[in-house]
Amino acid sequence: MAILVIADHNNEELNDATLKVVGAAQKIGGDIDVLVAGENAGAVAEAASKISGVRKVLHADDPHYAKRLAEPMTELIVRLADDYDYILSSTSTDGRNFMPRVAAKLDVMQISAITGVESPDTFVRPIYAGNALATVQSSDPKKVITVQPTAFEAVGMDGSAPIEKIEGGPFPEVSEFVSEELTKSDRPDLASAKIVISGGRALGSAEAFEKYIFPLADKLNAAVGASRAAVDAGYVPNDYQVGQTGKVVAPELYIAVGISGAIQHLAGMTDSKVIVAINKDEEAPIFQVADYGLVADLFEALPKLQEAL
Amino acid sequence: MKVLVPVKRVVDYNVKVRVKPDQTDVDLANVKMSMNPFDEIAVEEAVRLKEAGIADEIVVVSIGPEKAQDQIRQALAMGADRGILVTTDQEVESLAVAKILKKICEEEQPGLVIMGKQAIDDDRNQTGQMLAALLDWPQGTFASEVKKEGDKLLVTREIDGGLQTVALNLPAVVTTDLRLNEPRYASLPNIMKAKKKPLDKKAAADFGIDLTPRLKKLKVTEPPKRKAGIKVESVEELVDKLKNEAGVL
Repeated sequence: MAILVIADHNNEELNDATLKVVGAAQKIGGDIDVLVAGENAGAVAEAASKISGVRKVLHADDPHYAKRLAEPMTELIVRLADDYDYILSSTSTDGRNFMPRVAAKLDVMQISAITGVESPDTFVRPIYAGNALATVQSSDPKKVITVQPTAFEAVGMDGSAPIEKIEGGPFPEVSEFVSEELTKSDRPDLASAKIVISGGRALGSAEAFEKYIFPLADKLNAAVGASRAAVDAGYVPNDYQVGQTGKVVAPELYIAVGISGAIQHLAGMTDSKVIVAINKDEEAPIFQVADYGLVADLFEALPKLQEAL
Repeated sequence: MKVLVPVKRVVDYNVKVRVKPDQTDVDLANVKMSMNPFDEIAVEEAVRLKEAGIADEIVVVSIGPEKAQDQIRQALAMGADRGILVTTDQEVESLAVAKILKKICEEEQPGLVIMGKQAIDDDRNQTGQMLAALLDWPQGTFASEVKKEGDKLLVTREIDGGLQTVALNLPAVVTTDLRLNEPRYASLPNIMKAKKKPLDKKAAADFGIDLTPRLKKLKVTEPPKRKAGIKVESVEELVDKLKNEAGVL
């Protein structure tokens, strides 16, 4: 069996999620190749060649792949698909964008956001915002799968796979990149941070995030997350959202501040190793999943916490 | 430009679903059903495009049980012009849904399809991308802003790390994210008017598409439960526990 893993990257760095997708691929079993499609992404291909257990790296370098738009990515992956029984990517917004398009072109059902591999054709995936887990068996000849990276162990970086340069294309020329606005932050990436501190509606303002959450995050070298309510209220940008429709995180320590704990939020963080909840409502559902709960006014507790650390 | 909006009847956002004791599925008996929230955002966006003079007709499609006409009527009350209900009592997977929608697109010739990025029941996030693939149209997924500029559609997408804007040739498929808009409530007069708007019914079986599921649901289980831990009395105790008991600081 042969498995193609599509690498996540920004043309400069390989995203750690790819190491976890390879981890999932190893559970399926077979020869694992990694596709790096990008523009001037040689460093990423080099990094990918060091991933443990990889047979070879396919490197397609072309301006059309600079932003990994769904249309050219799909054509490239479909072109390579004949050689593979499995095509895997993470649940990054890139993977979620092009993988279903690949699946439809191959006339198969995508198996979305798997959190477990039961056997080579049977997978576990959350449904209903994580309120249930479905075990599904695929009868498709080729399996197109997105992998929830937080559910798998990252493999090491002690490999030395050959890099094979491949031509890009076909290029459909029906879409083009216009611009992007990336949140600038020196803090760790939300999806892979060891500590995440998230704020909810109770913060009440963007200023409160700046005054109470950000300094604490900097002290702990933590990423900042937020509940949907806080994002909807405009306290922090959209990509801070943790939950069913935002990011799924599983850090060593998750600190939920002023978050009541709607099921949609819990779906994004209950796999965290240790959960701390700080909320003044002692009935808040967040306390039902927290290892350590502190019933307190966050505006008093956070400065104290900042001081105690 | 005609806009097609597919909508799905799903369990209501506020319902906490439970797994059946025999682990065959979740128990949906007697729970409240609603329009998938992301699809409501899609309907709203289509109505706004019509109000802005960009769309001239909005067609709403739902594939599901007879009762899915409630969701079509809701969309009509929000401002859509007519509905198509494709009836089936079996569960239709995303790929088959995309194939049915493709046939409808071939018949209706919309300039744009707007739909939710995912349904909150199976959380698969794939039907829009699949439809775009089958039609060979470009796709603008996870949209937080949609603008027409000349003959292109500018779609701002919510991506990891921020926002990305792409320009798409039309026709195209757009899938909605949460921040695209806030759907309106239908007014009573509009709800009354919606009852008179045309609603065509077709049977899914008549589309000549193989609806056999590719994924067999072997079982549905409860996720492992986290146990509630302890309440600490003070910030000092919290820091002590995190350092000395949990070892995470």
